[in-house]
Amino acid sequence: MAAPRRSRKGTLVAAISTIVACIAVAAVVGSSAAWPEVQHAFFNGERFANALPSVWGAFAINVQLFVFAELLILPIGLLIALARSVQAPALAPLRLFAMVYVDFFRGVPSILVIYLLGFGVPALQIPGLPKDPFFWALVTLVLIYSAYVSEVYRAGLESIHPSQERAARALGLSRIQSLRHVVIPQAFRRVIPPLLNDFIGLQKDTALVSILGVVDAFRRAQILKAADFNFTPLMTTAVIFLVITFPMTRFVDWLAARDRAAQLGEQR
Amino acid sequence: MAKRRATPVIEFRGMRKSYGSATVLHGIDLALAEHEVVCLIGASGSGKSTLLRCADLLEPIDAGSILLDGIPVSAEDRDADVKRRALGIVFQGFNLFPHMSVVENVALAPRVALGLSHDEADGRARTLLAQLGLAKKADAYPDSLSGGQQQRVAIARALATEPRVLLLDEITSALDPVLVAEVLETLRALAKSGMTMLIATHEMSFAADVADRVAYLEGGKLVEIGSAKQVLRKPKDARTKEFLRRVRSR
Ligand SMILES: Nc1ncnc2c1ncn2[C@@H]1O[C@H](COP(=O)(O)OP(=O)(O)O)[C@@H](O)[C@H]1O
Ligand SMILES: [Mg+2]
Repeated sequence: MAAPRRSRKGTLVAAISTIVACIAVAAVVGSSAAWPEVQHAFFNGERFANALPSVWGAFAINVQLFVFAELLILPIGLLIALARSVQAPALAPLRLFAMVYVDFFRGVPSILVIYLLGFGVPALQIPGLPKDPFFWALVTLVLIYSAYVSEVYRAGLESIHPSQERAARALGLSRIQSLRHVVIPQAFRRVIPPLLNDFIGLQKDTALVSILGVVDAFRRAQILKAADFNFTPLMTTAVIFLVITFPMTRFVDWLAARDRAAQLGEQR
Repeated sequence: MAKRRATPVIEFRGMRKSYGSATVLHGIDLALAEHEVVCLIGASGSGKSTLLRCADLLEPIDAGSILLDGIPVSAEDRDADVKRRALGIVFQGFNLFPHMSVVENVALAPRVALGLSHDEADGRARTLLAQLGLAKKADAYPDSLSGGQQQRVAIARALATEPRVLLLDEITSALDPVLVAEVLETLRALAKSGMTMLIATHEMSFAADVADRVAYLEGGKLVEIGSAKQVLRKPKDARTKEFLRRVRSR
């Protein structure tokens, strides 16, 4: 998107200087005494290829985890955001609960929550409660990321000028109808970039499931590494995560740039 | 029959409104008969917008009452949303919904608040837009319209629930002077069609032309109310005289 604005000469200069810089870095790193060892331990082509199929297979766990989590977080986050914005005095406890919830789960390390739920709850031996670590990993991610996402929604809802809701109420719509037809549809567009940002974080955090012993991509790589103390399978895992997250990070930046351009256009 | 005709469409009795310790409306008494057009004039800050927001049940009042067709109504009623459908309001700043096309803006309340089917609501909206000369703009989005067109869409939207009374809050003051005429023309046509209207305005010649009565508001009090001719040409109260002198010398 930015390219057409740049002159052709500018693009050429940028390309050449980027290539020169890469060559320089490669030369410095490659010529250092430690490089052969580093290359062998982290960037071993053969081991990378060997690890790929089994790490990729285990990555299915991570994919399932973030797809289920995202589908649950989208509505739950919205409900929490709406609970925080209720005005009726009788519903004050709901507002308070939502506030405490959000503060708690934004402030506590994810690894601690997953440990408590994944090991602590099954240890209680309460009948009827699942013991499946995948389930508890899912619960953890939904609890934590719903808190983040509710804040994203809340900022989006508050960014819609109150005159919009008033205009809807003036037409005889109820508060809920005004939210549903006027406020939320406008807020949703604005929250997509920060929402995707949170989802990138969530996708990376699916690797936490490994501490409960579930064999996801990260755990699979650790197992492969343990066989011969070569770290290359972990680099394989990193590459797989990047393949998923990189397009999203680029897309979020593109959306943000587009919205900035649109806003500048409006101000003109 | 005679008694029914005498019941005002909307009536305020001793309506008081405060924000914190500041009283903005000090006991407003005013009644609009069916088909009547009343223009509300007064300096900025005199309380015109507040009066109209209270009349539309968007804000609760602190004392007094509002009667709609003789029935007391309040912003705090459980069914205030239902009552609000009998009241149309148009704001200075249009406040159209930017994510909806013009026809969707107008059809929203009939569909969602009145429960009409999508097609019925759409049909009603298009008919209204055609009456206001906006048929060609029905499928456009608000941001592609001129200010005058947007304000006429806002009028169509307010009319879509078939309100008993239309409340208009300085609806031409955010418009370029060249666009004011088309909006005022729309209001004249509405007045002719028998719409009951309470219009806050600073367009004195328009008030003289369209209003049955004119009410002068100062400091949250109705200082003077009478026929348009009387108030605008031969004001009795010294404060009304002074206001009109200042407005006309601008
Ligand atoms: N939401 C509000 N909170 C506090 N004061 C308000 C509010 N709305 C209006 N006022 C005050 O009420 C007075 C009347 O305002 P308004 O009704 O907007 O007058 P007008 O429309 O005639 O210019 C002003 O002094 C204004 O500052
Ligand atoms: Mg005003």
